[in-house]
Amino acid sequence: MKLNSIRLPHFNAAAESRSSEIRLPGQVVISMSQHGGVPCTPVVAVGETVRTGQLVGQCDAVISAPIHSSVTGKVVSIIKTLNVFGKTHDALVIETIPTQTFSDEIRPPVIESREDFVRAVKESGSVGLGGAGFPTHVKFGYDPKTVKIDTLVVNGAECEPYITSDYRTFMEDGVKVADGIRRIMQYLDIKYAVIGIEADKPEAIKKMTELTAGDSGVSVVKLPSSYPQGAEKVLINNTTGREVREGELPSSVGCLVVNCSTAAFISDYLKTGIPLIKRRITVDGNIVNKPGNLIVPIGTKTADIIAAADIRVQPDRVLFGGPMMGTAIYDPETPVLKTINAVLMFADTKRLEQTACIRCGRCVRACSMGLMPTEIEHAFDLRDVERLRKLHVSQCMNCGACSYVCPAKRNLSEKNQLAKLFVREQLTKR
Amino acid sequence: MSELLIEPSPHIRSDITTQKIMLNVLIALLPSVIAGTVIFGLRALVLVVLCAFFCVIFEYLFNLVTKRRQTLSDLSAVVTGVLLGMNLPPTLPIYMAAIGSFAAIVIVKQFFGGLGQNFANPAITARIILMLSFGRSMTSWTAPIDWSAPGTDAVSSATPLASPESLPSYLDMFLGLRAGCIGETCIAALLIGGLYLIIRGIIDPVTPAAFIGTVAVCSILSGHDVLMQLMSGGLVLGAFFMATDYATTPLTRAGKLIFGIGCGLITSVIRFFGVYPEGVSFSILIMNILTPLIDRYVHQKPFGAKKEAAK
Repeated sequence: MKLNSIRLPHFNAAAESRSSEIRLPGQVVISMSQHGGVPCTPVVAVGETVRTGQLVGQCDAVISAPIHSSVTGKVVSIIKTLNVFGKTHDALVIETIPTQTFSDEIRPPVIESREDFVRAVKESGSVGLGGAGFPTHVKFGYDPKTVKIDTLVVNGAECEPYITSDYRTFMEDGVKVADGIRRIMQYLDIKYAVIGIEADKPEAIKKMTELTAGDSGVSVVKLPSSYPQGAEKVLINNTTGREVREGELPSSVGCLVVNCSTAAFISDYLKTGIPLIKRRITVDGNIVNKPGNLIVPIGTKTADIIAAADIRVQPDRVLFGGPMMGTAIYDPETPVLKTINAVLMFADTKRLEQTACIRCGRCVRACSMGLMPTEIEHAFDLRDVERLRKLHVSQCMNCGACSYVCPAKRNLSEKNQLAKLFVREQLTKR
Repeated sequence: MSELLIEPSPHIRSDITTQKIMLNVLIALLPSVIAGTVIFGLRALVLVVLCAFFCVIFEYLFNLVTKRRQTLSDLSAVVTGVLLGMNLPPTLPIYMAAIGSFAAIVIVKQFFGGLGQNFANPAITARIILMLSFGRSMTSWTAPIDWSAPGTDAVSSATPLASPESLPSYLDMFLGLRAGCIGETCIAALLIGGLYLIIRGIIDPVTPAAFIGTVAVCSILSGHDVLMQLMSGGLVLGAFFMATDYATTPLTRAGKLIFGIGCGLITSVIRFFGVYPEGVSFSILIMNILTPLIDRYVHQKPFGAKKEAAK
């Protein structure tokens, strides 16, 4: 099925800039809530010295992943920080010391079975590195007796403007991506894998095609260079032609989706045993002189990244993630999480005034989920639950395409989120 | 560091604005305004400009009186004014044009909530109001100026639809050399404008195609002269510029198709069986009224929608 999509400017100035490691920050702030799941509890106390890769946060809940120290240093305090979902959680403040040493806990996992593999992935602290941050072991831990997965869909679409971290993963760590894919296929017994890459990244397509040439069942799919290709349901549709139904998971159509950077990390972890403690982020924006890609320890403060960037003026808007779905942060002390693939800085950005909807229908033609955002806005303003359900508002994934194309500059995708929440609240009340 | 701006995503927006869309419509109307001026003389241009002027003034005054934010910069009042002017005979008294502009802006548009909220096309409705109020002035046509014989005065004439015995040639019809409303006669200019709007992505070609196509099919089935039917009256003007009005037509492509076919059918019925030579205006108005109903039932199919929830 051909889905609606929109054209966006690419702004991918950082694409050809090789990743470099950021200078060790003096302090990192490791949030106990790295993603949408259940937050962890600190397992170290204030005053303790921690080493790189040491377990510092743990949680028994299923949708959760352990957290490890990204640096060697001393835990100086446990503070409250606001995460991107607007909730306050504990965070460890660790003061780094010059000699960085790995924790003794680090050793490559021994894997003899599917269960070993899932456990190892859990212990690695892996979460979806594309941005959603769903714990990887939960995705992998399905029951093969009841859930039949035949295709691993590797997300390398990277459809948002500016962000190039996945592209750099392909170019710098393509071997690891290919190996990670092989390992996942091997341990989870998945027959096929498709790597979806947007057509505007021909080098990555070429590279991955070459690297997987000898693998049976692995193919690279060239995705249209339009937005949003990386959205899970859109990606599955455009790589396999399968339609994930409303409220269903990719597993309902036999697919398992992982980000290419997650695959590369898994490959790395199985070889070295070093958990998820750093990641690649793109640093760009309209005030950045040299857009680039940085490898940063999880917990690095935004201020340190701003300081490391070569910028013309001080930013008035800083984003975690891309300009379409990313979050504007209000505090430069906000630490980088496992899910953050870009820190973008802008100055002289305008706050746009909303004007009346002229019913031009651009939002309707932009929605890849086939929704009618302007009708949803009307229904939400009237608090009409039945109408909102008939308009399938729950299908909205907040890609922002409707707001982007709106000539009246209405915050349609924001309204969609409020409407989704409203419907959920009303339905639980019943 | 200065204060950081917090806004919901997305943080980038396209360049398109309501003002740019309206400006594009005005650009698309320009060939027809020029053609109308050449065919019917300066009086026609004066009438169109005055309509735009009146519409702007009325919108300004309405917003002033009702203490609303001024909305003139979106240019929608200018578009309404020019469209109304295009729908008037060149010799219409100025005060009638003012009344038409008042009806379009104040009664049809602002009383219902302003831009995007009106249920009927302001220019079409104003034209119908004038037609019903000042029937004689609204149907006193002038023949095109004969530029080859300077000094000749404008001659009153009949529209081809009203008096089928004195039909102009196809070429004259295409170039607009016939009696009629200022903006409706020159098919060539209207097609240039319509094509411009389609190329710029301002309108969906499905509406004019369905509208004009339906009239063509009905003309063939009823044994009328197809080309003459397509080029006479306000069909082309209506199909490209009025039946594509965002606020008063369906949101979805399927809805637009139904809208266009409905307009074509009603136009044909009125033309072939009715007493009024007014098919296009009434058809658009009637379909405007049906638009909320169409939008209620014709949805874009959501991706992966479950069947039980679909209805």
